[in-house]
Amino acid sequence: MAEPVIRKTLISVEEIFHEGGPVAARPLHRGVALAVIRNPFAGRYEPEIQSFMEDLKPLGLKMAKDLIRVLGGDPKRIESYGKGAIVGAAGELEHGALWHVPGGYAMREALGGSKAIVSSTKKVGGPGTRLDVPVTHINASYVRSHFDAVEVGLADAPRADEMVLGLVMTTGPRIHARVGGLKASEIKGEDGLR
Amino acid sequence: MKAKIRKIVTFLEETRREMERDVSPPVRRAAAVAVIANPCAGRFVEDLSELIDIGEELGALLSERAVAALGIPGERVESYGKAAAVGENGELEHAAALLHPKLGAPVRKALGKGAALIPSSKKRGGPGVALDIPLGHKDAAFVRSHFDGMEVRVSDAPRADEIVVAVAVTDSGRPFPRVGGLTKDQIKGEDGLR
Repeated sequence: MAEPVIRKTLISVEEIFHEGGPVAARPLHRGVALAVIRNPFAGRYEPEIQSFMEDLKPLGLKMAKDLIRVLGGDPKRIESYGKGAIVGAAGELEHGALWHVPGGYAMREALGGSKAIVSSTKKVGGPGTRLDVPVTHINASYVRSHFDAVEVGLADAPRADEMVLGLVMTTGPRIHARVGGLKASEIKGEDGLR
Repeated sequence: MKAKIRKIVTFLEETRREMERDVSPPVRRAAAVAVIANPCAGRFVEDLSELIDIGEELGALLSERAVAALGIPGERVESYGKAAAVGENGELEHAAALLHPKLGAPVRKALGKGAALIPSSKKRGGPGVALDIPLGHKDAAFVRSHFDGMEVRVSDAPRADEIVVAVAVTDSGRPFPRVGGLTKDQIKGEDGLR
């Protein structure tokens, strides 16, 4: 297997000041990095696909570093993350699952180690398909203020023989978080959950 | 600032391949999008000067953000465009007030030049509505290689009393232009057309 063939990339940054309530002292930033790559397994059933996970790692790392850069450059500012994949119609949901390992590895590596599982989602779809990527705290999945989601997508992708791979990072909780639960300040940081 | 901004989103798209050919250098397009409160929502307002002034502010802010996302000096921007989507309690004329009287001057200032009309589109819609920002060469509207469009959207905007305003800039035209017409090396640059 060779390195992924990239057709297109998208980086977007959302800067949120308020959502009808008080204007935040520090705006929330949510960043998205997408890469549209050729699906090397499109159009057939391929029993052995795992080697492609290794091939995706450098791309993942590049995307994670790009995200940190556009979110201010300091990995310590990143508080939550998520990942996702949209597989074009000639591919299989299982091809999207190839993104779990390299996507997660890339963000942990770029952030200098993070304890919580990277929440994720995936689907098969056509060009313009939108994906709601779930987002949770990087060190403790149960931090309620950081449960969030970011909608991602591209007008012209994925074509049938492509996959869209995505990473999401944010710099904080929901802008007016106030539904209680575990707080970021209460994280024990032992098990990645609390 | 007169504009009450809820969020700002920037997008950077880079196209590297098309039909199995490398696009070299890649085509890069950036857009900056602001979600603002519509001061005229919910009633008929005869005098739209408040929106006109907000358009001037946003012209400066959004062109600065979009050029920064593109990562090149403003003078090297080749094409541009603008668009607005008004939430359901607003009027199409509110988009016109933002886009047409005063938004262009600060955009041109950020780009050093800009003899050509800034192509624009507008619509009314709900949260997540897609804006197709038309693109044209900034110094000569007839440059055929640079007729293009860029789709952007913000999943939670515009709410009923909001307006989404976008400015897009590029570093080049379509990936493989080959439908003839005026080319950029033939620009006279006197009338903004040719």
